[in-house]
Amino acid sequence: MRVTLRLFASLRTGRFDEAEFELPPAATVGEALDAAGVPRLEAAIVFVDGRHADFDHPLAEGDSLGVFPPIGGG
Amino acid sequence: MALADFLAAAAEDEFLPFGAELEAARRFSLDAHEVEGAALRAGLLPERYARNAGSIGLAGQLALHESRVAVIGCGGLGGFILEGLGRLGVGTIVAVDPDRFEASNLNRQLLATVENLGEPKAEAAVRRLRAVNPALRCQGLVERLDASNADRLLAGCGAAADALDSIADRLTLAAAASRLGVALVHGSAAGRFGQAATQLPGENGLARIYGGAETKRGIEAELGTLVFAPMVVAGFQVAELCHLLLGEEPGLKGRMIALDLGFIETSVFSL
Repeated sequence: MRVTLRLFASLRTGRFDEAEFELPPAATVGEALDAAGVPRLEAAIVFVDGRHADFDHPLAEGDSLGVFPPIGGG
Repeated sequence: MALADFLAAAAEDEFLPFGAELEAARRFSLDAHEVEGAALRAGLLPERYARNAGSIGLAGQLALHESRVAVIGCGGLGGFILEGLGRLGVGTIVAVDPDRFEASNLNRQLLATVENLGEPKAEAAVRRLRAVNPALRCQGLVERLDASNADRLLAGCGAAADALDSIADRLTLAAAASRLGVALVHGSAAGRFGQAATQLPGENGLARIYGGAETKRGIEAELGTLVFAPMVVAGFQVAELCHLLLGEEPGLKGRMIALDLGFIETSVFSL
């Protein structure tokens, strides 16, 4: 199945803004990050089709992921 | 002459002129907060809020006057948030920060000046609020919020602002606010990026934003923070606090807005 990953903020540096990945059926959010080369520790928040999802959330064909780094400054 | 009669005689249309407010305080030995409360309850809007009137009205101004908000953190975000709350007319503001100003704060923190380097941020916050709006009640607490003092720091607050600078402290605040039934408006910034979200009591938005107990180091450690990121984020936070205090549904309830001020992109997600 194909899913789209969109990276935000500093996660784009040296990677991509948005890219498609081919994953095995029912692959998880965490596995999508692994396939995209985004270390799980750098991915503070993941949204799937605009809703928060945990790393073990199973994906479906055509899902669109948004991935954010931790932003903690004030 | 009673206070109510004095205010009625001094009113110009539905407004109480600034000079009359000062005179009422002097003549009746009241502070500006008490005069403004009496004026608002008598249907008079203090002149300082004339440009609030069209958007929030007299009832809204009275609701803000009777509100209490805690701003946890008086740095980049906190300085702009305090400025906004003071000018809106939030009646009681608690400013909390354990730190003192350093030269490296000058690039982005509204309250930091070359004159007050070395001074506690919470004390500078109170001075600024009193200069902007002496009708506020404000408290500056040179303390670090933790699980043991959160009840006291958030007591009686209708809402609180998360203007902290560490993920661990933010999660401590979020857990305390949820437990105490205090609505929390989160904001954070790094580099040219920022985010804001509103967590109502019983929700766990902050835990979702930062991945639960797994505390991570934020990207601000590498990127620093440019002044416009906390300015913009603080604006969202003040707007959300205003809506909460007026009893309106906050636009970021259960949602997070992410701001990229390099590419000028905004995205809103459900938490």
